[in-house]
Amino acid sequence: MILQAIGLKKHFPATSSFHVGRARGWIKAVDGVSVQVAEGETLGIVGESGSGKTTLAKLFLLLERATEGTLLFEGKDVRAFTRQDFARYRRSVQAVFQDPYSSLNPRMRVEHIVSEPLPSDNGATRAEVGERVREILELVGLRRDSATLYPHEFSGGQRQRIAIARALVTYPKLIILDEPVSALDVSIRAQILNLLKRLQERLGLAYVMISHDLAAARYLSTRLAVMYAGKVVETGECDAVYTEPLHPYTQALLSAALPLHPSARRQRIILAGEVPNPANPPPGCRFHPRCPRAMPQCESQEPEWREIKPGRFAACHLY
Amino acid sequence: MLVVEDLKTYFYTRRGITKAVDGVSFTLEAGETLALVGESGSGKSVTCLSLVRLVPEPAGRIVGGRVLFQGEDLLEKSPAQMRHVRGKQIAMVLQDPMTSLNPALTIGSQVSEVVRLHQGLRGSTLRERVLDALSRLRIPGAETRLRTYQHQLSGGMRQRVSSAIAMSCEPRLLIADEPTTALDVTIQAQYLELLKEVQRSTGVAVILVTHDFGIVAAHADRVAVMYAGRIVEMGSTLQVFDNPGHPYTRALLRCLPDVELTRHELVEIGGQPPDLARLPPGCPFAPRCPERQPICDEAYPPSVPLGSGHAAHCWVAAGAHA
Repeated sequence: MILQAIGLKKHFPATSSFHVGRARGWIKAVDGVSVQVAEGETLGIVGESGSGKTTLAKLFLLLERATEGTLLFEGKDVRAFTRQDFARYRRSVQAVFQDPYSSLNPRMRVEHIVSEPLPSDNGATRAEVGERVREILELVGLRRDSATLYPHEFSGGQRQRIAIARALVTYPKLIILDEPVSALDVSIRAQILNLLKRLQERLGLAYVMISHDLAAARYLSTRLAVMYAGKVVETGECDAVYTEPLHPYTQALLSAALPLHPSARRQRIILAGEVPNPANPPPGCRFHPRCPRAMPQCESQEPEWREIKPGRFAACHLY
Repeated sequence: MLVVEDLKTYFYTRRGITKAVDGVSFTLEAGETLALVGESGSGKSVTCLSLVRLVPEPAGRIVGGRVLFQGEDLLEKSPAQMRHVRGKQIAMVLQDPMTSLNPALTIGSQVSEVVRLHQGLRGSTLRERVLDALSRLRIPGAETRLRTYQHQLSGGMRQRVSSAIAMSCEPRLLIADEPTTALDVTIQAQYLELLKEVQRSTGVAVILVTHDFGIVAAHADRVAVMYAGRIVEMGSTLQVFDNPGHPYTRALLRCLPDVELTRHELVEIGGQPPDLARLPPGCPFAPRCPERQPICDEAYPPSVPLGSGHAAHCWVAAGAHA
């Protein structure tokens, strides 16, 4: 197990603009998430905006400190990390962000961008670093001589390749992909998705792929976690979740994803209402105000996280 | 109802002439939904802006063609006459309701502005009409919503408000430019269902601009696929999905991941979309086309009929057809 989250929570103070520092309440962006990522697998995290996907990614990247809960990296609690542990973590866990126009510094040459994650005291000479950068650029399908160019000389798809090269330069074990293809043109998405898949097979990488694009998530993921209002409502093998979703939210979410053929019009579950306010989530099951199958106990009792079928976990009173 | 013939909109920039829309022709019947699909920069949005003559001038200019709307050429109307068409007979819904609604005005004043200007209503009849428009888009608590501002509404609700403004004068044509791109999937489903319902009850024709083939498959009657400022293929939704005639359409359909299918290999389209200021002389897709022939680099391919109402601009299809 590379990464394991147990009951991870992140609450942000909701301050008023007049009384800075005094919390009026708490925004429960991530509220008790337990997921794990094993070597070489892709965990897809899907959910709508405001479901806490990105906050979870930030927790994984140690960009935010968890309010509660435990994050284990190769069995070791990140709170007990030494300096060496942190250095190792930063090398092993890298990230690729959504927008390659804002994630690359326009004033740096590609060589500098890609080599930046390398620690300054890695003992390699400049020539060795340059060689490593060029190797990685080739690996992601760019020319070796791109190293001397600036980001503006590349198209969106090529920029995303540079961002992937930067993530690969430290030989990581896990890459957090935050909406890796959402900002790209449709004809370019396949190039990047295929590249990510090839790299995974070749280098044995694990991915956490955060996406609201259910089709892209299905293409890359081996396991899937569905988030709603700060909680994971369902996890399981990706194909199993897509073919037989258990939680009513997963069912509605998947039915809202439109298949690519006009005659494949299937039963659509149109949800009423909207995603709840994370500062004041509904009591009981957070999905109950929109749930087509809500029962009386859903309003008061929070459903338990249980294994419903072998390998299939969900939090729902129906099971 | 709408006939667009050989529409050309060019942008004059320091880098030369950018042919954003280069000879687009299509027709649209009342009650019909035509989807314009294509990548960014393919000319979908500029086509829509040209129809209502909102191309940013002086850089952009409509340099040719005709837009016949209910028999009249919109390109010959005066700016004052156009103002009576826009909002009343042709309405638009844009991608981001955050920017299309005015943050300093209440929802009520923004909806009533349109109704007052185009229908000359005042007082309680105006108010009734506004409430009617909001409730038609199933905006709950319309009475209280009149006094709220856009920042108090969610994304889905904002898009409903801007659609309510668009539909308030019962237009004959609604141009929806990526209306759901800024919305979450479950909210997108809600919105598209609602749009369909409004369309059924009012018989409005819709031009739906999107890059999402899932939306096209589920909601369009006919499809026009755009590439580099031109419509490269047009046909009924079934024709285009079942029997795509243009290599670009075929490539697009094969390169998209589908929620239904498990892991079919995605076939990549190599290369990049072309630079509109430096288009090759022949077919603009030729440099990326897997079926490229020598003639493709020489001249733009003619329209090849592939069935009733289905046509593609492609030399390969022309060769197979001959």
